[in-house]
Amino acid sequence: MTEKGQGKHQDSEIHIVNPRVYLAIFITLLFMTALTTGISFIDLGVFNAVIALAIACFKASLVVLFFMHIHYSSRLLKLTVAAGLFTFMLLISLTMTDYISRAWGMF
Amino acid sequence: MDSQSIATTPQELDGAALPHAHDHPSFMRHHFENIGQQREAASFGMWVFLLTEIMFFGGLFCAYLIFRNWYHPAFVAGSNMLNITLGTTNTAVLIGSSFTMAMAVYSAEMRRQGQLILFLVLTILLGFVFLGIKGVEWTTEYQEQHVPGINFSIQEFVHPTNPKAIPLAPDMAQKTQLYFFLYFTMTGMHALHMIIGIGILFFLVARASKGAFTTGHVMPIENFGLYWHFVDIIWIFLFPLLYLISRYR
Repeated sequence: MTEKGQGKHQDSEIHIVNPRVYLAIFITLLFMTALTTGISFIDLGVFNAVIALAIACFKASLVVLFFMHIHYSSRLLKLTVAAGLFTFMLLISLTMTDYISRAWGMF
Repeated sequence: MDSQSIATTPQELDGAALPHAHDHPSFMRHHFENIGQQREAASFGMWVFLLTEIMFFGGLFCAYLIFRNWYHPAFVAGSNMLNITLGTTNTAVLIGSSFTMAMAVYSAEMRRQGQLILFLVLTILLGFVFLGIKGVEWTTEYQEQHVPGINFSIQEFVHPTNPKAIPLAPDMAQKTQLYFFLYFTMTGMHALHMIIGIGILFFLVARASKGAFTTGHVMPIENFGLYWHFVDIIWIFLFPLLYLISRYR
C-alpha cells in the first residue's frame, strides 16, 4: 500500500476527527438551540431577529468547521466554501439594493 | 483491473505485465496520484454541488426576507400560528442526526463495520422522527385552515382568538397566505432533501453491511455526511426565521 503516495500532492493529509470533538460540538449546538428559543420569548425589539440570526450563523459555522471538517481541510476547500458564501452574500446584497432604492424619491 | 483501466490502457489487455502492479487500494482511480488527492477531488466536487444548493435555498430565503419586510404584520401573525415546542424539538432531533452522521464518518475511518451500520441506522431513525414531527405540524396547519390554495381562511387573523394577537385588516390578513406559502415551500423542500437523504442512507447501510466502506474507502460516507450536514444547516436557519423572530411578547 502506498497510501502515503510518492511524496507529491501531500497537501491533503487525511485527518480523523476525535469523537470527543463531535460530542462537544453536539452539546454546544443543543445548548445554543435552547438559548435561541429562550431568548425568543424576551422582548428585545429589533435585536430579537439580530440575536436569533447571529446564533444561527454561529451554529452553522460550528457544523461547517467541525462536522463538515472544513477546519481540518485544505486551503482549496476552505476557499471553495468562502467563495460560495461570498457569492451568496453578493447576490442577496444586490437584490436588496434594488428593492431598497427602486421607489427612491417616490414617497 | 477495473472497467476504467481497461478503457484507458488497452495495451494491458494482451497479457503484458501490469505497469503499476496494483500497489494501491482497489477503490483508487488510476487518474489520481494518491488516495489523498482522490478524496480532495471528491470533497471539492461535493462542495461545488452544495454551493448550488445554497443558491437554490438562498433564493427562497431572499424572497422571505423581502416579503417579511413588506408585509411584516402578516408574517408576525402567521409565524405565531406555528408550534414552537415541536419546532425546537425538531431542531434538536436534526442536530442529533447530524451528530450520529458525524460519528458514522468516524466509524468508517476507524474501519468498524458494526459501529458504522449502527450510526447510519440511528441517522435514518432520527430522520424519520424529524419527518414525523413535521407531518404532525403540517396536519395541524391543514386542520387550522392555514394551507394556501388547499384549505385556507383568514378568520383567525381578522378575529384572533389569542388575546396577544393584533387583529389584521382583511387585505393584510390575506398576505398571511404569502407567509404560509413560503413556510410550506421552504419546509417542504427541506423535507424533500431529507427524504432523498434517507433513501441514500438505506443504500449506504446495504453497502456498508457488505463491508464496502470499512476498507479505507470512506469517501461515499464522507460525502453523504456533507450532504446531511448541509440539510441540517438549512434547518438551523429556517427554524429562527419561521418560528422565532416574530413571536408575540
